[in-house]
Amino acid sequence: MKLAASRDGYGSALVKLSTDPAVIVVEADLGKSTKSQNFRKLHPERTISLGIAEQNMMLVSAGLATSGYKPFASTFAIFTERAFEQVRNGIARPNIPVHICGSHGGIHTGTDGSSAQSIEDLAIYRSLPNMLVLHPSDFNSTEQLTIQLASTNSPSYTRTARNKTPVIYDEDAASKLELGKGAILSEGEDVAIIACGVMVSRAIEAAEGLSRIGINATVVDMHTIKPLDGKLISALAEKCGCFVTAEDHSIIGGLGGAVAEHLVENCPAPLERVGVSDHFGQSGDGDELLEQFSMGTNHIISAVQRTIQRK
Amino acid sequence: MQPRWGRTVMSTENGTENDFSSIDQLLECAKSCRRNIVKMVHRANAGHPGGSLSAIDILVALYKTRLNVDASNPEDPDRDRFIMSKGHASPAVYSILHEMGYLSSDDLTKYRVMGGVCQGHVDMTWTPGVDFSAGSLGMGLSFGLGTALAASLDGSSRTSFVMLGDGELQEGQVWEAAMAAVHHEVGNLKVFVDRNRIQNDDFCENQMRMFDVADKWAGFGWAVHECDGHDMNAILGAIEWLDSITDGPAVVIAHTIKGKGVSFMEDNPSFHGAAPNDEQLQIALEELK
Ligand SMILES: Cc1ncc(C[n+]2csc(CCOP(=O)(O)OP(=O)(O)O)c2C)c(N)n1
Ligand SMILES: [Mg+2]
Repeated sequence: MKLAASRDGYGSALVKLSTDPAVIVVEADLGKSTKSQNFRKLHPERTISLGIAEQNMMLVSAGLATSGYKPFASTFAIFTERAFEQVRNGIARPNIPVHICGSHGGIHTGTDGSSAQSIEDLAIYRSLPNMLVLHPSDFNSTEQLTIQLASTNSPSYTRTARNKTPVIYDEDAASKLELGKGAILSEGEDVAIIACGVMVSRAIEAAEGLSRIGINATVVDMHTIKPLDGKLISALAEKCGCFVTAEDHSIIGGLGGAVAEHLVENCPAPLERVGVSDHFGQSGDGDELLEQFSMGTNHIISAVQRTIQRK
Repeated sequence: MQPRWGRTVMSTENGTENDFSSIDQLLECAKSCRRNIVKMVHRANAGHPGGSLSAIDILVALYKTRLNVDASNPEDPDRDRFIMSKGHASPAVYSILHEMGYLSSDDLTKYRVMGGVCQGHVDMTWTPGVDFSAGSLGMGLSFGLGTALAASLDGSSRTSFVMLGDGELQEGQVWEAAMAAVHHEVGNLKVFVDRNRIQNDDFCENQMRMFDVADKWAGFGWAVHECDGHDMNAILGAIEWLDSITDGPAVVIAHTIKGKGVSFMEDNPSFHGAAPNDEQLQIALEELK
């Protein structure tokens, strides 16, 4: 199985986008980490370094965007949050198309420890009107969706992950992805597993394990958290009748929260949320931490068994 | 307050003669810390050696000669506070806390390992002797201002020392705190800036020029002193100078070399956040003998 980090997909997208002279990269001393340095190497003249100053970065980007540029601003997911109010009042409220990328999202980030592991970014950005919120699962989907962002007219937040994970889409499959539309990776009638980010490959593994015990799961890569693909969720409520969500994020307010909101309002169905259960992370190896925090493949399988019981 | 370890240079009580045996002991201690820093980062295959090696001489001088702290009573409310604002330099903090008796050798081997007390970034909820949970740059000076104001409210003579990175000075919050500290005339807040001229991606010069850093602090109304952050005599003198300022906040701009003590890490932005490989570790330990 090929492994690659979604943050590298972001860097690769910026390079592909660089043929558009309006695309401009804005950095806060983490270009090596978010991979915006790939763009910097080609176009130093269209890369703006603002030092370690995320709040300033957000409004500089907004100024550029209202002057005809397409700014892609990045730092760690957690440090975009330092500038949350700047994003809220300076970008989302006036609906300015600044594209923010937060890398190193989730506890899978690993040994850096809890200060670097954002487990709330999806929740907080999802609460802002006008924002698109993305959390792609692999290199190719991140590249593809980032490229699509350049032609949207909305502010956006995209979370990428630090560590290498299985490549799920080949280039052809990735080219069929659409912002705002969940991607169905496997079909089954017993349960729907809705996942995002590094948990998608675990959801696929769980579905394989489940099929061996006679449970057929639909697996969805919900790369777009906002706007949520409610049509798909309603259809799955009809078809499968129960759900599991899986995300490397707090179970409060992120993908699990979004799916829960949709279900209770439109088509009540049992839901089990796999994610970080209301506590902060810690240092450790990324995969080891997911196990420790009950977010491994087996935990998804147990959650599926629980939700089916509740049908 | 009495120095806790040996004598400081230019001590008014002990005369002005340097006690070279004490200086030698401090340098030996710093060397031992340096060895532990490179070993920890190597074992974890992650972490931040550069800014740990640039800061360690100052930490050794502070902990060994100045800070009123006690490993057998780490929660003493009247202890001095040391706030490592650039929390990625955690190996430096763990190495000196080991020398001071807070952490065992075994604790150090679990740096960044799941369940170990030595987290990737300094964390007061995990590690005895750590006063501040850092990792997000630009927050420590505000926290130090809070602990300093609390000491004044308590009528306590305890002091808050804060260490900032130079790249970290680009965070606006640092200057919000700097302005407030002067407004509140906190004489018990003392800062070291680790001026190693390098940040994450590159030299500060290329990321965000800061021009005359001392001048900026002076412009905010701070008492400012500059020293060589690897000359133990100069550091002890700087600590003494900090203690002589009692009517407001004071800052020492310590001119340092990122990666100091390991030739291939010195002044090399690549070793901000990268571990040495096996071969490099051997070279480093040889140089730190
Ligand atoms: C708010 C915030 N933004 C970005 C980072 C990522 N980061 C970690 S260390 C670092 C560079 C720090 O440079 P400096 O303050 O000079 O530290 P030193 O050279 O002493 O290691 C950066 C940008 C962070 N930890 N916090
Ligand atoms: Mg520096």
